[in-house]
Amino acid sequence: MAGNPPIGSRSVADLVAAARGGERRATARLLSLVEWGGPGADEVAERTWTALHGGAIGDDVIPGGGANRAHVVGVTGPPGAGKSTLVAAWTTRLVDRGHRPAVLAVDPSSPLTGGAILGDRVRMAEATASGVFIRSMATRGHAGGLALAVPGMVRVLELAGFDPVVVETVGVGQVEVDVASAADTVLVVVTPGMGDAVQANKAGLLEVADLFAVNKSDRPDAADVRRDLELMLDLSDLTGHGRWRQDTKANERSRPAVVSTVATTGVGVDELADATDAHLASLDGAGTLVARREDRWRAEVRSHVDHLLLDASRGVVSGLSAGTGAPAAVARELAAGLVGGTEGDR
Amino acid sequence: MSGSPERPPVRVVLAKLGLDGHDRGLKVVARMLRDGGMEVVYLGLRQTTDTIIDAVEQEDADVVGISMLNAGHLTLGPRMVEALADAGLDVPVVIGGIVPDEDLPAMANAGVAGVLGPGATAEEVVACVRAAADARG
Repeated sequence: MAGNPPIGSRSVADLVAAARGGERRATARLLSLVEWGGPGADEVAERTWTALHGGAIGDDVIPGGGANRAHVVGVTGPPGAGKSTLVAAWTTRLVDRGHRPAVLAVDPSSPLTGGAILGDRVRMAEATASGVFIRSMATRGHAGGLALAVPGMVRVLELAGFDPVVVETVGVGQVEVDVASAADTVLVVVTPGMGDAVQANKAGLLEVADLFAVNKSDRPDAADVRRDLELMLDLSDLTGHGRWRQDTKANERSRPAVVSTVATTGVGVDELADATDAHLASLDGAGTLVARREDRWRAEVRSHVDHLLLDASRGVVSGLSAGTGAPAAVARELAAGLVGGTEGDR
Repeated sequence: MSGSPERPPVRVVLAKLGLDGHDRGLKVVARMLRDGGMEVVYLGLRQTTDTIIDAVEQEDADVVGISMLNAGHLTLGPRMVEALADAGLDVPVVIGGIVPDEDLPAMANAGVAGVLGPGATAEEVVACVRAAADARG
Protein backbone atom coordinates (compact mmCIF):
# COMPACT_ATOMS: atom_id res chain seq x y z
CA MET A 1 0.00 0.00 0.00
CA ALA A 2 2.93 2.26 0.65
CA GLY A 3 3.62 2.29 -3.06
CA ASN A 4 0.36 3.99 -3.97
CA PRO A 5 0.43 7.54 -5.26
CA PRO A 6 -0.87 10.25 -2.91
CA ILE A 7 -4.57 9.83 -2.30
CA GLY A 8 -5.39 13.32 -3.58
CA SER A 9 -4.01 12.55 -7.03
CA ARG A 10 -5.99 9.37 -7.63
CA SER A 11 -8.99 9.38 -9.93
CA VAL A 12 -12.48 8.61 -8.68
CA ALA A 13 -12.56 5.54 -10.92
CA ASP A 14 -9.38 4.25 -9.32
CA LEU A 15 -10.68 4.98 -5.81
CA VAL A 16 -13.96 3.19 -6.52
CA ALA A 17 -12.13 0.11 -7.77
CA ALA A 18 -9.77 0.19 -4.79
CA ALA A 19 -12.61 0.65 -2.29
CA ARG A 20 -14.35 -2.33 -3.82
CA GLY A 21 -11.18 -4.28 -3.36
CA GLY A 22 -11.19 -3.45 0.33
CA GLU A 23 -8.73 -0.55 0.50
CA ARG A 24 -9.91 1.44 3.49
CA ARG A 25 -8.02 4.57 2.56
CA ALA A 26 -9.77 4.73 -0.80
CA THR A 27 -13.11 4.25 0.92
CA ALA A 28 -12.26 7.06 3.33
CA ARG A 29 -11.38 9.44 0.51
CA LEU A 30 -14.58 8.63 -1.38
CA LEU A 31 -16.50 9.46 1.80
CA SER A 32 -14.68 12.81 1.95
CA LEU A 33 -15.49 13.56 -1.67
CA VAL A 34 -19.19 12.93 -1.06
CA GLU A 35 -19.03 15.09 2.03
CA TRP A 36 -17.33 17.94 0.19
CA GLY A 37 -20.11 18.06 -2.39
CA GLY A 38 -19.82 19.62 -5.83
CA PRO A 39 -18.62 17.91 -9.01
CA GLY A 40 -16.43 15.42 -7.11
CA ALA A 41 -19.44 14.21 -5.16
CA ASP A 42 -21.46 13.94 -8.37
CA GLU A 43 -18.83 11.74 -9.95
CA VAL A 44 -18.58 9.51 -6.88
CA ALA A 45 -22.36 9.23 -6.79
CA GLU A 46 -22.54 8.12 -10.40
CA ARG A 47 -19.67 5.70 -10.23
CA THR A 48 -20.76 4.08 -6.98
CA TRP A 49 -24.28 3.70 -8.30
CA THR A 50 -23.04 2.09 -11.48
CA ALA A 51 -20.65 -0.15 -9.58
CA LEU A 52 -23.35 -1.27 -7.16
CA HIS A 53 -25.93 -1.90 -9.82
CA GLY A 54 -23.79 -3.17 -12.61
CA GLY A 55 -24.65 -0.31 -14.88
CA ALA A 56 -28.22 -1.43 -15.34
CA ILE A 57 -30.74 1.20 -14.38
CA GLY A 58 -34.14 -0.37 -14.42
CA ASP A 59 -37.08 -1.21 -12.27
CA ASP A 60 -35.29 -4.07 -10.66
CA VAL A 61 -32.21 -2.33 -9.38
CA ILE A 62 -33.29 -0.35 -6.35
CA PRO A 63 -35.32 -3.01 -4.67
CA GLY A 64 -33.89 -5.00 -1.89
CA GLY A 65 -32.00 -7.60 -3.72
CA GLY A 66 -28.60 -7.48 -5.14
CA ALA A 67 -25.63 -9.00 -3.43
CA ASN A 68 -24.23 -5.52 -2.95
CA ARG A 69 -26.94 -4.16 -0.75
CA ALA A 70 -26.18 -3.83 2.93
CA HIS A 71 -28.54 -3.84 5.87
CA VAL A 72 -28.73 -0.11 6.69
CA VAL A 73 -29.41 0.54 10.36
CA GLY A 74 -30.13 4.00 11.76
CA VAL A 75 -29.39 4.56 15.44
CA THR A 76 -30.65 7.62 17.23
CA GLY A 77 -31.64 8.77 20.68
CA PRO A 78 -31.04 11.57 23.15
CA PRO A 79 -27.49 12.79 23.89
CA GLY A 80 -25.85 10.69 26.58
CA ALA A 81 -28.08 7.66 26.08
CA GLY A 82 -25.00 5.58 25.33
CA LYS A 83 -25.51 5.25 21.57
CA SER A 84 -21.82 5.14 20.68
CA THR A 85 -20.97 2.67 23.43
CA LEU A 86 -23.89 0.47 22.46
CA VAL A 87 -23.10 0.66 18.75
CA ALA A 88 -19.50 -0.29 19.53
CA ALA A 89 -20.53 -3.29 21.63
CA TRP A 90 -23.14 -4.38 19.12
CA THR A 91 -20.96 -4.04 16.01
CA THR A 92 -18.11 -5.84 17.80
CA ARG A 93 -20.52 -8.70 18.40
CA LEU A 94 -21.50 -8.63 14.75
CA VAL A 95 -17.85 -9.04 13.77
CA ASP A 96 -17.77 -12.17 15.95
CA ARG A 97 -20.76 -13.39 13.99
CA GLY A 98 -18.96 -12.93 10.70
CA HIS A 99 -20.31 -9.55 9.60
CA ARG A 100 -18.28 -6.56 8.39
CA PRO A 101 -19.94 -3.54 9.96
CA ALA A 102 -19.24 0.11 9.24
CA VAL A 103 -20.44 3.04 11.31
CA LEU A 104 -21.10 6.60 10.19
CA ALA A 105 -21.22 8.65 13.39
CA VAL A 106 -22.74 12.11 12.96
CA ASP A 107 -22.06 14.86 15.50
CA PRO A 108 -23.11 18.50 15.37
CA SER A 109 -20.81 21.27 14.12
CA SER A 110 -20.54 24.50 16.06
CA PRO A 111 -22.97 26.92 14.46
CA LEU A 112 -20.56 29.77 15.25
CA THR A 113 -17.25 28.53 13.89
CA GLY A 114 -18.16 25.56 11.72
CA GLY A 115 -15.70 23.44 13.70
CA ALA A 116 -16.61 20.29 15.54
CA ILE A 117 -15.33 17.91 18.15
CA LEU A 118 -16.17 14.41 17.01
CA GLY A 119 -15.90 12.18 20.05
CA ASP A 120 -17.56 8.94 19.07
CA ARG A 121 -14.32 7.04 18.58
CA VAL A 122 -13.48 7.50 22.26
CA ARG A 123 -16.27 5.07 23.07
CA MET A 124 -15.53 2.76 20.19
CA ALA A 125 -11.97 1.60 20.78
CA GLU A 126 -13.06 -2.02 21.11
CA ALA A 127 -14.97 -1.91 17.84
CA THR A 128 -12.04 -0.32 16.01
CA ALA A 129 -9.75 -3.02 17.33
CA SER A 130 -12.02 -5.72 15.99
CA GLY A 131 -12.04 -4.18 12.55
CA VAL A 132 -15.23 -2.12 12.46
CA PHE A 133 -14.83 0.79 10.05
CA ILE A 134 -15.80 4.00 11.80
CA ARG A 135 -16.19 7.38 10.18
CA SER A 136 -17.02 10.50 12.14
CA MET A 137 -18.97 13.21 10.40
CA ALA A 138 -19.86 16.75 11.39
CA THR A 139 -23.17 18.24 10.38
CA ARG A 140 -21.24 21.23 8.96
CA GLY A 141 -24.14 23.54 9.53
CA HIS A 142 -25.87 22.35 6.39
CA ALA A 143 -29.18 20.92 7.46
CA GLY A 144 -29.88 20.03 3.85
CA GLY A 145 -26.31 18.96 3.27
CA LEU A 146 -26.53 16.18 5.79
CA ALA A 147 -29.55 14.74 4.03
CA LEU A 148 -27.65 14.93 0.73
CA ALA A 149 -24.36 13.52 1.93
CA VAL A 150 -25.35 10.69 4.23
CA PRO A 151 -27.16 8.47 1.70
CA GLY A 152 -24.24 8.87 -0.69
CA MET A 153 -21.78 7.96 2.04
CA VAL A 154 -23.86 4.92 2.96
CA ARG A 155 -23.64 3.81 -0.65
CA VAL A 156 -19.86 4.17 -0.65
CA LEU A 157 -19.70 1.94 2.44
CA GLU A 158 -22.00 -0.60 0.76
CA LEU A 159 -19.73 -0.53 -2.25
CA ALA A 160 -16.75 -1.27 -0.02
CA GLY A 161 -18.53 -4.41 1.14
CA PHE A 162 -19.58 -3.32 4.61
CA ASP A 163 -22.72 -4.88 6.00
CA PRO A 164 -24.44 -3.65 8.03
CA VAL A 165 -23.93 0.06 7.51
CA VAL A 166 -24.88 1.90 10.69
CA VAL A 167 -25.77 5.60 10.75
CA GLU A 168 -25.69 7.08 14.23
CA THR A 169 -27.08 10.54 14.96
CA VAL A 170 -28.08 12.49 18.03
CA GLY A 171 -31.85 12.45 18.17
CA VAL A 172 -32.32 16.17 18.52
CA GLY A 173 -33.56 18.08 15.54
CA GLN A 174 -35.68 16.87 12.70
CA VAL A 175 -32.84 16.50 10.23
CA GLU A 176 -30.81 14.24 12.48
CA VAL A 177 -33.83 12.08 13.17
CA ASP A 178 -34.72 11.98 9.47
CA VAL A 179 -31.21 10.99 8.51
CA ALA A 180 -31.17 8.09 10.95
CA SER A 181 -34.67 7.13 9.86
CA ALA A 182 -33.61 6.66 6.26
CA ALA A 183 -32.71 3.06 7.02
CA ASP A 184 -33.97 -0.49 6.80
CA THR A 185 -34.03 -0.72 10.57
CA VAL A 186 -34.26 2.20 12.98
CA LEU A 187 -32.98 1.61 16.50
CA VAL A 188 -33.89 4.19 19.11
CA VAL A 189 -31.78 4.16 22.27
CA VAL A 190 -33.43 5.43 25.42
CA THR A 191 -32.19 5.40 28.95
CA PRO A 192 -33.36 5.95 32.51
CA GLY A 193 -32.90 9.33 34.09
CA MET A 194 -33.93 11.43 31.11
CA GLY A 195 -37.48 12.17 32.00
CA ASP A 196 -40.44 9.92 31.47
CA ALA A 197 -41.88 8.59 28.26
CA VAL A 198 -43.78 11.81 27.74
CA GLN A 199 -40.41 13.41 27.01
CA ALA A 200 -39.61 10.69 24.51
CA ASN A 201 -42.94 11.34 22.89
CA LYS A 202 -42.12 15.00 22.56
CA ALA A 203 -38.85 14.24 20.85
CA GLY A 204 -40.71 12.46 18.08
CA LEU A 205 -38.45 9.45 18.34
CA LEU A 206 -41.13 6.90 19.13
CA GLU A 207 -42.75 7.07 15.74
CA VAL A 208 -39.61 6.28 13.79
CA ALA A 209 -38.44 3.29 15.82
CA ASP A 210 -38.46 -0.29 14.60
CA LEU A 211 -36.62 -1.36 17.66
CA PHE A 212 -35.84 0.10 21.08
CA ALA A 213 -32.88 -0.41 23.33
CA VAL A 214 -33.34 0.62 26.93
CA ASN A 215 -29.69 1.18 27.70
CA LYS A 216 -28.15 1.54 31.18
CA SER A 217 -30.80 -0.95 32.23
CA ASP A 218 -28.84 -1.82 35.36
CA ARG A 219 -30.13 1.39 36.85
CA PRO A 220 -32.94 1.08 39.35
CA ASP A 221 -35.47 3.07 37.32
CA ALA A 222 -34.93 1.11 34.11
CA ALA A 223 -38.07 -0.93 34.69
CA ASP A 224 -40.08 2.29 34.83
CA VAL A 225 -38.67 3.42 31.50
CA ARG A 226 -39.50 0.13 29.94
CA ARG A 227 -43.03 0.19 31.28
CA ASP A 228 -43.55 3.77 30.08
CA LEU A 229 -42.22 2.80 26.69
CA GLU A 230 -44.55 -0.16 26.38
CA LEU A 231 -47.43 2.08 27.37
CA MET A 232 -46.53 4.60 24.69
CA LEU A 233 -46.36 1.78 22.15
CA ASP A 234 -49.82 0.65 23.30
CA LEU A 235 -51.04 4.16 22.58
CA SER A 236 -49.40 4.11 19.16
CA ASP A 237 -51.24 0.86 18.50
CA LEU A 238 -54.41 2.62 19.51
CA THR A 239 -53.97 5.67 17.32
CA GLY A 240 -52.20 3.91 14.49
CA HIS A 241 -49.30 6.36 14.44
CA GLY A 242 -46.12 4.42 14.36
CA ARG A 243 -43.75 3.67 11.57
CA TRP A 244 -44.73 0.03 11.54
CA ARG A 245 -48.28 1.15 10.89
CA GLN A 246 -47.39 3.25 7.90
CA ASP A 247 -45.57 0.73 5.80
CA THR A 248 -47.41 -0.25 2.70
CA LYS A 249 -48.01 -3.84 3.59
CA ALA A 250 -47.40 -3.49 7.25
CA ASN A 251 -50.65 -4.63 8.74
CA GLU A 252 -49.30 -7.98 9.73
CA ARG A 253 -46.11 -6.53 11.20
CA SER A 254 -45.48 -6.64 14.88
CA ARG A 255 -44.78 -3.69 17.08
CA PRO A 256 -41.19 -2.69 17.84
CA ALA A 257 -39.23 -5.01 20.06
CA VAL A 258 -37.75 -3.55 23.22
CA VAL A 259 -34.34 -4.84 24.31
CA SER A 260 -32.75 -4.02 27.67
CA THR A 261 -29.02 -3.41 27.43
CA VAL A 262 -26.02 -2.34 29.48
CA ALA A 263 -23.60 -1.29 26.77
CA THR A 264 -20.61 -0.96 29.09
CA THR A 265 -20.81 -4.59 30.27
CA GLY A 266 -22.32 -6.21 27.20
CA VAL A 267 -25.60 -7.21 28.82
CA GLY A 268 -28.32 -7.58 26.18
CA VAL A 269 -25.95 -7.04 23.26
CA ASP A 270 -26.54 -10.53 21.88
CA GLU A 271 -30.28 -9.98 22.12
CA LEU A 272 -29.85 -6.68 20.30
CA ALA A 273 -27.91 -8.38 17.51
CA ASP A 274 -30.64 -11.00 17.28
CA ALA A 275 -33.33 -8.32 17.21
CA THR A 276 -31.75 -6.29 14.40
CA ASP A 277 -31.33 -9.45 12.32
CA ALA A 278 -34.88 -10.49 13.10
CA HIS A 279 -36.19 -7.12 12.03
CA LEU A 280 -34.47 -7.33 8.66
CA ALA A 281 -35.79 -10.84 8.18
CA SER A 282 -39.31 -9.72 9.07
CA LEU A 283 -39.17 -6.87 6.54
CA ASP A 284 -37.93 -9.23 3.91
CA GLY A 285 -40.55 -11.82 4.77
CA ALA A 286 -43.36 -9.28 4.70
CA GLY A 287 -42.19 -7.87 1.38
CA THR A 288 -41.74 -4.41 2.90
CA LEU A 289 -37.97 -4.19 2.52
CA VAL A 290 -38.25 -3.33 -1.14
CA ALA A 291 -40.93 -0.73 -0.44
CA ARG A 292 -38.79 0.85 2.22
CA ARG A 293 -35.77 1.04 -0.06
CA GLU A 294 -37.87 2.49 -2.86
CA ASP A 295 -39.17 5.14 -0.48
CA ARG A 296 -35.62 5.90 0.54
CA TRP A 297 -34.53 6.26 -3.06
CA ARG A 298 -37.38 8.70 -3.72
CA ALA A 299 -36.56 10.67 -0.58
CA GLU A 300 -32.98 10.98 -1.73
CA VAL A 301 -34.02 12.21 -5.14
CA ARG A 302 -36.31 14.70 -3.43
CA SER A 303 -33.43 16.01 -1.28
CA HIS A 304 -31.41 16.62 -4.40
CA VAL A 305 -34.29 18.31 -6.18
CA ASP A 306 -34.87 20.55 -3.16
CA HIS A 307 -31.21 21.42 -3.10
CA LEU A 308 -31.01 22.22 -6.80
CA LEU A 309 -34.14 24.34 -6.70
CA LEU A 310 -32.95 26.14 -3.60
CA ASP A 311 -29.65 26.98 -5.24
CA ALA A 312 -31.39 28.13 -8.42
CA SER A 313 -33.89 30.25 -6.54
CA ARG A 314 -31.18 31.95 -4.49
CA GLY A 315 -29.41 32.88 -7.66
CA VAL A 316 -32.49 34.25 -9.39
CA VAL A 317 -33.94 36.05 -6.39
CA SER A 318 -30.75 37.88 -5.47
CA GLY A 319 -30.76 39.45 -8.94
CA LEU A 320 -34.33 40.80 -8.73
CA SER A 321 -35.04 44.48 -8.46
CA ALA A 322 -37.21 44.87 -5.41
CA GLY A 323 -40.84 45.95 -5.33
CA THR A 324 -41.94 44.84 -8.76
CA GLY A 325 -45.09 43.14 -7.50
CA ALA A 326 -46.72 41.11 -4.80
CA PRO A 327 -44.01 38.74 -3.54
CA ALA A 328 -46.15 35.63 -3.82
CA ALA A 329 -47.09 36.43 -7.41
CA VAL A 330 -43.50 37.18 -8.43
CA ALA A 331 -42.46 33.92 -6.78
CA ARG A 332 -45.05 31.89 -8.70
CA GLU A 333 -43.83 33.30 -11.97
CA LEU A 334 -40.19 32.59 -11.10
CA ALA A 335 -40.98 29.10 -9.91
CA ALA A 336 -42.73 28.31 -13.16
CA GLY A 337 -39.60 29.46 -14.98
CA LEU A 338 -37.32 27.39 -12.78
CA VAL A 339 -39.31 24.23 -13.10
CA GLY A 340 -39.53 24.79 -16.83
CA GLY A 341 -35.77 24.42 -16.70
CA THR A 342 -34.66 26.87 -19.39
CA GLU A 343 -31.02 26.22 -18.59
CA GLY A 344 -29.52 23.50 -16.51
CA ASP A 345 -26.79 25.55 -14.90
CA ARG A 346 -26.00 25.11 -11.24
CA MET B 1 -22.20 21.18 0.41
CA SER B 2 -23.57 23.25 -2.42
CA GLY B 3 -20.46 22.82 -4.48
CA SER B 4 -19.13 25.92 -2.83
CA PRO B 5 -15.52 26.70 -3.68
CA GLU B 6 -14.53 27.14 -0.03
CA ARG B 7 -12.17 24.57 1.37
CA PRO B 8 -13.53 21.78 3.49
CA PRO B 9 -12.60 22.05 7.18
CA VAL B 10 -9.21 20.70 8.23
CA ARG B 11 -9.64 17.35 9.98
CA VAL B 12 -7.35 16.66 12.92
CA VAL B 13 -6.97 13.42 14.88
CA LEU B 14 -6.09 14.26 18.50
CA ALA B 15 -4.75 11.68 20.89
CA LYS B 16 -2.60 10.94 23.90
CA LEU B 17 -0.01 8.40 22.83
CA GLY B 18 1.07 5.80 25.36
CA LEU B 19 0.73 5.78 29.12
CA ASP B 20 0.04 9.33 30.11
CA GLY B 21 -3.18 10.13 31.89
CA HIS B 22 -3.16 13.90 31.66
CA ASP B 23 -5.67 14.88 29.02
CA ARG B 24 -6.74 18.34 30.07
CA GLY B 25 -4.30 19.97 27.68
CA LEU B 26 -5.62 17.82 24.86
CA LYS B 27 -9.17 18.86 25.65
CA VAL B 28 -8.18 22.52 25.64
CA VAL B 29 -6.47 22.10 22.28
CA ALA B 30 -9.52 20.26 20.90
CA ARG B 31 -11.65 23.22 21.82
CA MET B 32 -9.18 25.71 20.33
CA LEU B 33 -9.14 23.83 17.03
CA ARG B 34 -12.91 23.49 16.95
CA ASP B 35 -13.26 27.21 17.53
CA GLY B 36 -10.71 27.68 14.76
CA GLY B 37 -13.20 26.01 12.42
CA MET B 38 -11.56 22.60 12.31
CA GLU B 39 -13.06 19.16 12.74
CA VAL B 40 -11.41 17.33 15.60
CA VAL B 41 -11.61 13.56 15.73
CA TYR B 42 -10.95 13.07 19.40
CA LEU B 43 -9.42 9.77 20.48
CA GLY B 44 -8.44 10.66 24.03
CA LEU B 45 -6.26 8.66 26.37
CA ARG B 46 -3.99 5.63 26.00
CA GLN B 47 -3.81 5.37 22.25
CA THR B 48 -1.19 3.44 20.31
CA THR B 49 0.38 4.22 16.95
CA ASP B 50 -1.92 1.52 15.52
CA THR B 51 -5.16 3.01 16.85
CA ILE B 52 -4.08 6.43 15.64
CA ILE B 53 -3.29 5.07 12.19
CA ASP B 54 -6.68 3.34 12.01
CA ALA B 55 -8.33 6.64 12.83
CA VAL B 56 -6.25 8.68 10.38
CA GLU B 57 -7.03 6.22 7.62
CA GLN B 58 -10.77 5.89 8.21
CA GLU B 59 -11.32 9.57 8.98
CA ASP B 60 -9.23 10.82 6.03
CA ALA B 61 -7.47 13.15 8.47
CA ASP B 62 -5.16 15.98 7.43
CA VAL B 63 -3.09 16.25 10.62
CA VAL B 64 -2.29 14.15 13.71
CA GLY B 65 -1.94 15.99 17.00
CA ILE B 66 -0.45 14.12 19.93
CA SER B 67 -0.04 15.38 23.45
CA MET B 68 3.08 14.44 25.39
CA LEU B 69 3.46 15.40 29.02
CA ASN B 70 5.53 12.45 30.19
CA ALA B 71 8.85 13.16 28.50
CA GLY B 72 8.15 10.48 25.93
CA HIS B 73 8.38 12.81 22.97
CA LEU B 74 11.91 11.82 21.91
CA THR B 75 10.82 8.19 21.62
CA LEU B 76 7.17 8.34 20.71
CA GLY B 77 7.21 11.42 18.48
CA PRO B 78 9.59 9.92 15.89
CA ARG B 79 7.86 6.55 16.25
CA MET B 80 4.51 8.13 15.32
CA VAL B 81 6.04 9.85 12.30
CA GLU B 82 7.66 6.60 11.19
CA ALA B 83 4.55 4.53 11.75
CA LEU B 84 2.51 6.88 9.55
CA ALA B 85 5.18 6.80 6.85
CA ASP B 86 5.38 3.01 7.03
CA ALA B 87 1.63 2.85 6.58
CA GLY B 88 1.98 5.02 3.50
CA LEU B 89 0.11 7.89 5.08
CA ASP B 90 1.40 11.33 4.19
CA VAL B 91 -0.02 13.04 7.25
CA PRO B 92 1.98 15.51 9.37
CA VAL B 93 2.39 15.13 13.14
CA VAL B 94 2.15 18.05 15.55
CA ILE B 95 3.23 17.52 19.15
CA GLY B 96 1.88 19.49 22.05
CA GLY B 97 3.07 19.40 25.61
CA ILE B 98 6.36 19.64 27.46
CA VAL B 99 9.23 19.58 24.98
CA PRO B 100 12.48 21.23 26.17
CA ASP B 101 14.03 23.69 23.73
CA GLU B 102 17.13 21.55 23.27
CA ASP B 103 14.93 18.74 21.92
CA LEU B 104 13.39 20.89 19.21
CA PRO B 105 16.07 20.17 16.58
CA ALA B 106 15.68 16.45 17.21
CA MET B 107 11.93 16.77 16.75
CA ALA B 108 12.40 18.64 13.48
CA ASN B 109 14.95 16.08 12.29
CA ALA B 110 12.51 13.30 13.06
CA GLY B 111 9.98 14.93 10.78
CA VAL B 112 7.65 16.35 13.42
CA ALA B 113 5.83 19.19 11.69
CA GLY B 114 5.34 21.40 14.72
CA VAL B 115 5.74 21.59 18.48
CA LEU B 116 3.42 23.57 20.73
CA GLY B 117 4.48 24.19 24.30
CA PRO B 118 2.73 25.53 27.37
CA GLY B 119 1.49 29.05 26.88
CA ALA B 120 0.79 28.67 23.17
CA THR B 121 -2.21 30.82 22.36
CA ALA B 122 -5.29 29.57 20.56
CA GLU B 123 -4.16 31.52 17.49
CA GLU B 124 -0.74 29.86 17.58
CA VAL B 125 -2.26 26.41 17.97
CA VAL B 126 -4.64 26.88 15.05
CA ALA B 127 -1.97 28.50 12.87
CA CYS B 128 0.50 25.68 13.54
CA VAL B 129 -2.02 22.95 12.68
CA ARG B 130 -3.21 24.81 9.62
CA ALA B 131 0.36 25.32 8.39
CA ALA B 132 1.00 21.60 8.83
CA ALA B 133 -2.14 20.79 6.84
CA ASP B 134 -1.24 23.27 4.10
CA ALA B 135 2.31 21.94 3.80
CA ARG B 136 0.82 18.55 3.06
CA GLY B 137 -0.85 20.09 0.05
